[in-house]
Amino acid sequence: MAPLLDVDSLAVTLPGPRGPLPILHDVSLSVDEGELVGIAGESGCGKSLTAQTLLGLLPAGAKVTGSARFAGTDLLGLDNRGWQRVRGAGIAMVFQDPTAALHPMLTVGRQLTEHMRVHLRMDRRAATRRAVELLDQVRIPDPERALRAYPHQFSGGMRQRAAIAIALAARPRLLIADEPTTALDVTVQAGILALLDRLRTETGLAVAFITHDLGVLSALTTRGYVFYAGRVVETGPTGALLTAPAHPYTSALLGARPHGTQTVGTLRPIPGSPPAPGEAPPGCPFEPRCRHAEPECGTAPPRLDPVAVDRSVACVVRPHLEVAAR
Amino acid sequence: MSDLLEISDVEVEYRSRGRGRVRAVAGVSLQVASGQVVGLVGESGCGKSSLARVAVGLTPPSAGAVRFAGQPVTPLGWRRRPDTEIGLQMVFQNPYASLNPRRTIGAQLLDGVPSTLAGAARRERVRELLDRVGMPGTAADRYPHQFSGGQRQRLAIARALAPQPRMIIADEPVTALDASSQAQVVNLLVELVRDLDMGMLFISHDLALVHEIADVTAVMYLGRIVETAPTRELWRSPRHPYTRALIDAVPRISTTPALPATLAGEVPDPANAPTGCRFRPRCSHAFAPCGDQPPTLELGGRSAACWLNDPTTAAAVVPAN
Repeated sequence: MAPLLDVDSLAVTLPGPRGPLPILHDVSLSVDEGELVGIAGESGCGKSLTAQTLLGLLPAGAKVTGSARFAGTDLLGLDNRGWQRVRGAGIAMVFQDPTAALHPMLTVGRQLTEHMRVHLRMDRRAATRRAVELLDQVRIPDPERALRAYPHQFSGGMRQRAAIAIALAARPRLLIADEPTTALDVTVQAGILALLDRLRTETGLAVAFITHDLGVLSALTTRGYVFYAGRVVETGPTGALLTAPAHPYTSALLGARPHGTQTVGTLRPIPGSPPAPGEAPPGCPFEPRCRHAEPECGTAPPRLDPVAVDRSVACVVRPHLEVAAR
Repeated sequence: MSDLLEISDVEVEYRSRGRGRVRAVAGVSLQVASGQVVGLVGESGCGKSSLARVAVGLTPPSAGAVRFAGQPVTPLGWRRRPDTEIGLQMVFQNPYASLNPRRTIGAQLLDGVPSTLAGAARRERVRELLDRVGMPGTAADRYPHQFSGGQRQRLAIARALAPQPRMIIADEPVTALDASSQAQVVNLLVELVRDLDMGMLFISHDLALVHEIADVTAVMYLGRIVETAPTRELWRSPRHPYTRALIDAVPRISTTPALPATLAGEVPDPANAPTGCRFRPRCSHAFAPCGDQPPTLELGGRSAACWLNDPTTAAAVVPAN
């Protein structure tokens, strides 16, 4: 069966002050029906831009090549009308900052039902009924009252739940969640992760979860992609990816995060910083920061090659990487 | 050894229209010694930033006192701060806001260099400071926007180091940074504390990060410190249910997906804090004595404010699990 979302060799170039800036290079990824897929990387690695491409939210002047198919529809060939049919009812999105994503001067109810009245052509009564159902589904206490509330009357976690309810209003098949828990506290984050997992089991929703936190990636998703400088550098089942990384960057990211085990004082920073768009070296983008770099790394960006079942790595050296005990 | 920074029974109260009086910090005591890193963890709204501002003298406490090197920390006024207090410096969360965008890095660092240094020695000191935080000397002639977030936070740290402080209060210093620069900045801060024998109060919502670097960790919930212990002990055997909940909520890396444990309910509005133990409504262990505010019990080198640790009350309860 074809995956729900199938992105192949996607490349995006944005206009810049000094000529076009290539942001995404040769990105291929897929999400199956009802699958929880993680996309990890640091800021500026292109993970959010990938999401924007899939929702047709790129700024004017962006050049896109490659292909992106969603449930049989070619996304890159859509006109405005076509996009309106896909957004909300096909693919929906949840953003990092729920305070910015919700309109501060409209009630939560209005923001929830507007969607359904336009997309699903529901009347006011039916839309309100479904809104109550949705708020209940995302575990907002006292949904009838919550409908009349304004976003500022909610806590951060409740706002993100409301934003998720709005995203689910038109029954999408794929939810793209772009760092939805980054602005939240750990205990609130745990609640949102549990909610997404429950929605997947109950409604068959597929989720593409974008995060920089490898712990979150491991806790929630079954398959993951690691992005660096606009490329996928490694992909595979999340458990294997994070407990036995094959790309030096994945391994370095793991070393730079606090482990939460008995070992103290073991943060190993990655030297330097990621290249700015348009300033990537000619070879492997991670080469200048890589402990395992060899002369051959500087010639051309390595291809993402399969190394095992469901496992691909873009590295020509493929050093033996020690796995830190966690 | 006497403590360099002593926070005793500090309370912070805000008055706001419509909500009445909000007690953001409701009686907190905390000590930091030279060469020690004390981590203060808690979720947003627990009062940790209010406490930081009082500790550094930016706002006066409503009650209680802060002493630095034995001297009371007076609230910062229009007049220059006394020289003793300059030894107490702060690093803020957002390096995009804490550096002046219109002045060169060098000029901003010079502001902090003591006036006892003159002429070429001042410029030399700026170069030393930049070197100390791993930045090139040429950074002095550049402006904040020419640096990345991680680099800016290093520069903000250099600015805090300029007056040769004995104590640094860092309020969420790496929250705005990416994973790879987080580790760089945290390691730099810890190295500075060790090399210069400073004390550091490291405030963060990230328990895993605090676990990596702090000698002692204090956990704050809704304006009170619920548990203080040497970091490893706290992590290994938490004595307060809230500490346990925080540790369990940290997502971990494993071979199969395993969702972190969730905590029931929401953090209550501090204007409307529950009576008795403030964690009671969300606590799975809550029992009758929790209707009264639990005292902070000394438990051999650590302390916790929970009735479960009191042998007289805990005897009456069957363990919840």
